[in-house]
Amino acid sequence: MNNFVNSLGIILFATLAYSTPLLYAALGSCFSEVSGVVNIGIEGMMTAGAFAGTVIAYFTGNPWLGFLCGGLAGALFGALHAIATVNLGADQTIAGTAINMLGPGIAIMLAKVMFNSTDTIPLTQAQKIPKLFSGTFDTSTVFGRFMDNVFANYASTYLVFIAAVLVWFIFYKTRFGLRLRACGEHPQACETLGIDVIKMRFLCVCISGFLAGLGGACVTMTISTQFRPISIVGQGFIAIAAVIFGKFRPHGALIGCLLFGFCSGLKVVLGGSSGIDMQLISMIPYVVTVIVLVLFVGKSRVPSANGKPYIKAK
Amino acid sequence: MTKKKNFLDVISENRFIHILLSILLGFLVGAIFLIAMGLSVGEAYGRLLSSVTNLKGFSYVVVYAIPYIVVGLSVAFSFKTGVFNIGAEGQYVVGSMAACCTSILCGGLPKPVLIILCFLTAMIAGAVWGIIVGFLKTKWGINEVLSMIMFNWIAFYLSNFIAGLPAIKNEGTAEATKNIAANASTLFSKDFINSLGLCPTANWGIFVAMAVTVLVWFIIEKTTLGYELKAVGYNKFAAEYGGIHVNRSILTALAISGALAGLGGALQLMGMGGRISIFTSQEGYGFAGIVVALIGCSNPFGVFVAGLFYGALMYGGSKLNLVGVPTQLINVIVGTVVFFIAISVIFENLKRLKSRSRRKAEAPKPKKADERKEEKS
Repeated sequence: MNNFVNSLGIILFATLAYSTPLLYAALGSCFSEVSGVVNIGIEGMMTAGAFAGTVIAYFTGNPWLGFLCGGLAGALFGALHAIATVNLGADQTIAGTAINMLGPGIAIMLAKVMFNSTDTIPLTQAQKIPKLFSGTFDTSTVFGRFMDNVFANYASTYLVFIAAVLVWFIFYKTRFGLRLRACGEHPQACETLGIDVIKMRFLCVCISGFLAGLGGACVTMTISTQFRPISIVGQGFIAIAAVIFGKFRPHGALIGCLLFGFCSGLKVVLGGSSGIDMQLISMIPYVVTVIVLVLFVGKSRVPSANGKPYIKAK
Repeated sequence: MTKKKNFLDVISENRFIHILLSILLGFLVGAIFLIAMGLSVGEAYGRLLSSVTNLKGFSYVVVYAIPYIVVGLSVAFSFKTGVFNIGAEGQYVVGSMAACCTSILCGGLPKPVLIILCFLTAMIAGAVWGIIVGFLKTKWGINEVLSMIMFNWIAFYLSNFIAGLPAIKNEGTAEATKNIAANASTLFSKDFINSLGLCPTANWGIFVAMAVTVLVWFIIEKTTLGYELKAVGYNKFAAEYGGIHVNRSILTALAISGALAGLGGALQLMGMGGRISIFTSQEGYGFAGIVVALIGCSNPFGVFVAGLFYGALMYGGSKLNLVGVPTQLINVIVGTVVFFIAISVIFENLKRLKSRSRRKAEAPKPKKADERKEEKS
């Protein structure tokens, strides 16, 4: 029993830990996709954020400043994507592909120049994002140990869940959110009502980059303490998948990320104890996602104007 | 109209010029980064050029380009039919692994039989990977981008799992499969390579890539199948109205696209690779295929040239660190090229707006109400 509770605690911890960067990026992806811009460049924006966050934290010693700069670096690439897709009407998939090459390319190149290696120097404890609840729980009891296990996460994890609620509120309870969603459904109608579609979309893509950047930064500033070329390998795409999974709604994306995180957490626990091949266990999150989609979720309704460049009629 | 074309018209009409301009701008941005990092532009680009302009270097470029071309064709084919094959990576991986298993398990077969068998199994494996995604899409409406991303990773771990099986795993300490059977190799003979001074992995896969290029062009441009697939790509609903089975077309397109990516995997393995390592991160051939298809404008022959170009950049880029320049510079250059290709549509949009405003100016003004009254009376 004790053992089980312990394992459960670890699984829950890992679920939260794995979903954190995905959720940042997925919330970002929501902003962009719902406003009508396909953003496949999330991955590149995450890498940019991971690099900028780690480097700034390393040089200033302030993890929160680093975290913020990670977001800003992501937003910078978001702005690049926005200029191409929103202002110039470029194909959104092609521009996103370009971002996915530019983000890692520039980040790793700068790492090479600054540190003479593709890896940055590991952050010290003080330069990392702090843990909030270490030592709050009494680990002598079973329950205390369970809570200690679950809440061994870094502050960025709790922050992202607050962010998720905030994004949900913005999307569904504010005028801005209504306009945002309308831009993705019928931009022409928005324009006739006096909403500046171009400005809205530009802003949303930048926000999307900012959140993706935060997601990237919290990969390299928490569990892993340095930026490496393999820090961001596919998390951005998984985040996009979570958004499609969640039918382009922030709360749906949250469930997608948690499901994915949970399966990854299962992997950690199963990998140690069972005799199943590690490679097969690693497959679980992806297989489960597909199965859940087929059985429970089904068709995802894409915002009508998603992917279509909006060219203002004269 | 006999109006002389102005400069902007010429630029805006020619895709080829867009690509060339984009490549030029890519190198320009690369140069800016080099200067900002305090490195010599001449030295970097000089090394890039000199490493691919000799026979040995060029043979490396060709060898590098083989999988890029074939996977690029796979992605281009899917683009033509309106599906974005982001799953080429997974199809490439399963194809490569299928060919590897075939060559190891049936190594005793005569060379031509074994090679054809390897190609076939790779293509079937890739096609199956594509069809699964297509089936999820047509049967349950699962977004193909999502399932492709998932299946890329499933392929990744499946390949690692198979590479660890006792029958396949390398006997030594290497974290890889056994070497493929000598009979399955597409390498030129040692004597031939030495006499010409080619690179040690020079192989005839490039001829397969050429044949596939022509074949893909033929399917897209000259067959009913290609016509139907393109029709679905342009407008699904119009195609359906015209009597084309949309779902079947999507499945066919994904199967062919998958088979091509799988073949790319086989060609890489049987020529340059020789065995498959246990992956620690994705190989990136699928992603490269997307880039190559974009630079080649999804035109099969364009893709062929783009594949060689990409191969040259990748091979030349791997030599850059010899002069103290980060290899990643290549990704920045290619990323910039793709970025400018993406925004080159601005020319077309500009033109459309211009012609629209011209039409508006030339159109007769609607008559005013009182004028109409007068006509009546």
